[in-house]
Amino acid sequence: MGVNRRKFLKIAGVSTLGVAAKPAADALAIEWLDKKLGGFTVPETLYHLFHKPEGFTPGEALIAKRWAMVVNMKQMDEEIAQACIDACHRVHNVPEIDNPKHEIKWMWHDDYEHVFPGQQHEHIDENSKKLPFLVMCNHCYNPPCCRVCPTKATFKRKSDGIVMMDMHRCIGCRFCMAACPFGARSFNWIIPWPRAEEGGLVRGFEGKEPPTPEYPTRVKGVVEKCNFCAERLAKGKIPACVEACQELCKKKGKEPALVFGDLEDPDSEVRQVLRSNYTIRRKPELGSNPNVYYIV
Amino acid sequence: MLEKAFVGGRKYWILIACLLGLIGLGFIMWLWQFRVGLGITGMSRDVSWGFYIGQFTYLVGVAAAGVMVVLPYYLHHYKAFGRITILAEFMAIGAVTMCLLFILVDLGNPVRMINVLLHPTPRSVLFWDMIVLNGYLFLNIFIGWNVLMGERKGSPPPKWIKPFIYLSIPWAISIHTVTAYLYAGLPGRGFWLTAIMAPRFLSSAFCAGPALLLLLCLIVRKTTKFDPGKEQIRTLGSIITYALILNVFFFVCELFTVFYSQIPGHMHHFHYLFFGHEGHANQLVPLMWLAFACMTAAIILLVPPVTRKNEGILTVACVLVLIGTWIDKGFGLVVGGFVPNPLERITEYWPTTPEVLITLGVWATGFLVISLLYKVATSVKVEVGA
Amino acid sequence: MYDGGKIIAGIIIGLALLTFPIWYTSGRAAPKPEVKLPVKEKECVQPGPYMKKKHMQVLDLWRDSVVRVQQRSYVAFNGKEYDMSLQNTCMSADCHAKKSEFCDRCHNYTGVVPYCWDCHIPPKEKPEEKH
Repeated sequence: MGVNRRKFLKIAGVSTLGVAAKPAADALAIEWLDKKLGGFTVPETLYHLFHKPEGFTPGEALIAKRWAMVVNMKQMDEEIAQACIDACHRVHNVPEIDNPKHEIKWMWHDDYEHVFPGQQHEHIDENSKKLPFLVMCNHCYNPPCCRVCPTKATFKRKSDGIVMMDMHRCIGCRFCMAACPFGARSFNWIIPWPRAEEGGLVRGFEGKEPPTPEYPTRVKGVVEKCNFCAERLAKGKIPACVEACQELCKKKGKEPALVFGDLEDPDSEVRQVLRSNYTIRRKPELGSNPNVYYIV
Repeated sequence: MLEKAFVGGRKYWILIACLLGLIGLGFIMWLWQFRVGLGITGMSRDVSWGFYIGQFTYLVGVAAAGVMVVLPYYLHHYKAFGRITILAEFMAIGAVTMCLLFILVDLGNPVRMINVLLHPTPRSVLFWDMIVLNGYLFLNIFIGWNVLMGERKGSPPPKWIKPFIYLSIPWAISIHTVTAYLYAGLPGRGFWLTAIMAPRFLSSAFCAGPALLLLLCLIVRKTTKFDPGKEQIRTLGSIITYALILNVFFFVCELFTVFYSQIPGHMHHFHYLFFGHEGHANQLVPLMWLAFACMTAAIILLVPPVTRKNEGILTVACVLVLIGTWIDKGFGLVVGGFVPNPLERITEYWPTTPEVLITLGVWATGFLVISLLYKVATSVKVEVGA
Repeated sequence: MYDGGKIIAGIIIGLALLTFPIWYTSGRAAPKPEVKLPVKEKECVQPGPYMKKKHMQVLDLWRDSVVRVQQRSYVAFNGKEYDMSLQNTCMSADCHAKKSEFCDRCHNYTGVVPYCWDCHIPPKEKPEEKH
């Protein structure tokens, strides 16, 4: 079956390249080409013939085939959730914007009935009603946002499944925001960190400075979201939220409320937790195949 | 031929000046938006598309008027429409221009627009939308101009233009289909996730487009020496009637599936649009009812031949059709899809003043294009004594 | 030729306007920009002349490499390894610690406004040292 499919894709690809073909065949060819080109587009690959990227993955980096996270709601409380959110927003220079319409959030919490709409009922236990369910980008295995992006500014990283945002490339069409079934994406409606010369353009923001100078900020007009701390993984560190959460849980004498690891590795912590607990995911019926699991 | 656009009476120049004024105002507002970001609009994290994309969606439909005139003329040899194909094609040019401008003003980073070509991504529907819209614009300019040139010289249009004309017919269908697919393929949005989205787009396009064309024909008859013709207007009336009934029928199909199946994720949006949220009516509720009142009234006026053949009543019906479809598609369709959001929370949307002014600026640009082109077309028609 | 005189006059005025910057500043070229090179580090990731000409291409490849293919380490021409980062490597304390004395000098001279700094945070400089 696998060989047949590959053959078919190859034929589809070649015939599309050769002759002008139908959009459907073209879409298939692109999947095939994508693999060949390692995530770059045809013009980029041609450009790279003259100018090859000469990078390699740093030795200290954490590597996985498919990163995943488990949120253990049995250990979660308001304080832990807030610590995770603060850590995330601090290391990524996410601005605090009071107007909820212009708000940017990579991670936040909401009630059970809003995080799992359609699964709520009136007789749900009191505890679950009150718990702060931590939500973020699900880094779907089959991400609808990447399917719709017209520039591949958002894409699923081939090596480890992280759904990335290329802020250099995003044109701000917000198609991905319409496509995301989890509301995980935020748009920079205003200048997030106004520079001195932009003073006064955004009321109440003059003079505020991003807390983490090592990490970039964003410009107005691009979409952003959780990146599973790709920049920290490359330096051998676990995501900021997981780190903050595990520290606080230890202090409280609890099991970690967030677990992070490789879903493809049977010995990873994530797999162990998944083996021994009943877990659910958000909107599994949509087939986006989220990589964030919840123990309720 | 273009020089004819620069010869006109007082009224013509007043119209042009007014349109230029609106364009200037919209442009200044857009410069402001460019400087401080899209935050000056009413859009939000939850309702991330608003008025701009709504207008874009609506105007893709209006651009369709072209095909409803070209198809009977070239495929069915319905000779009467030969008189007004040029008007339909020129209106399509204006409408597609507005579509492209609305996408432009909606972009967060318009300077990076060219990334769509630098990093072509055929799995994105937006990529195809760019191709079909630009293609349709090109086809209409190309065909319209050449056919009019031929007419001016008193010769039939060149033979080699025929394939382009035939191509423009399926191409017109494609612009609605692809635009509908922008919405109809998104997994988390129950309001849009329906196979009848593309047919609904086509039906509303085939009533809104010809309705605007009919009104423009009446204006042309009043203000120029060229008469688009009684029969032509009457036939347009019939086309509008059929398409409008289909449009409402498709909507009823939608309502049946949603409310008989009673799947909450699909029902919520209709509830929000037509009844408000938890008993609180929002600003959209009266608008949505008005839209369907307009369409129903238009059907009542259009179905009996007696009223349909009365040009006064036909005009009123066309205005009703335009208002109804505009609210339904240019407002409700986009906003309704976003509320409630994926976490079933409600964020209200209403356009802000700068947003409305930018929108008006784009509309004015489109109508400026239409005015100039119509001036050329009608002058040529009068010149050859059509 | 209709209106020959007017056309020729128009062409002359147009040419005069177009060449205005040339004859207005003739003989008085602006001083060549001098960038301040780091004291501690003697070598960049590529030889100086190459960087002068191609730093934009290098940075462009770096950003693609980091963001898109997860490769963040760079082997310089002299075999040293670097973390590909404009903000944290190029602009580190030992290298080009002051944007105003390095990047800005040439960019201002040539009238180039790269949008790197719309997002990336340049190292802090004390305001009095800026000029």
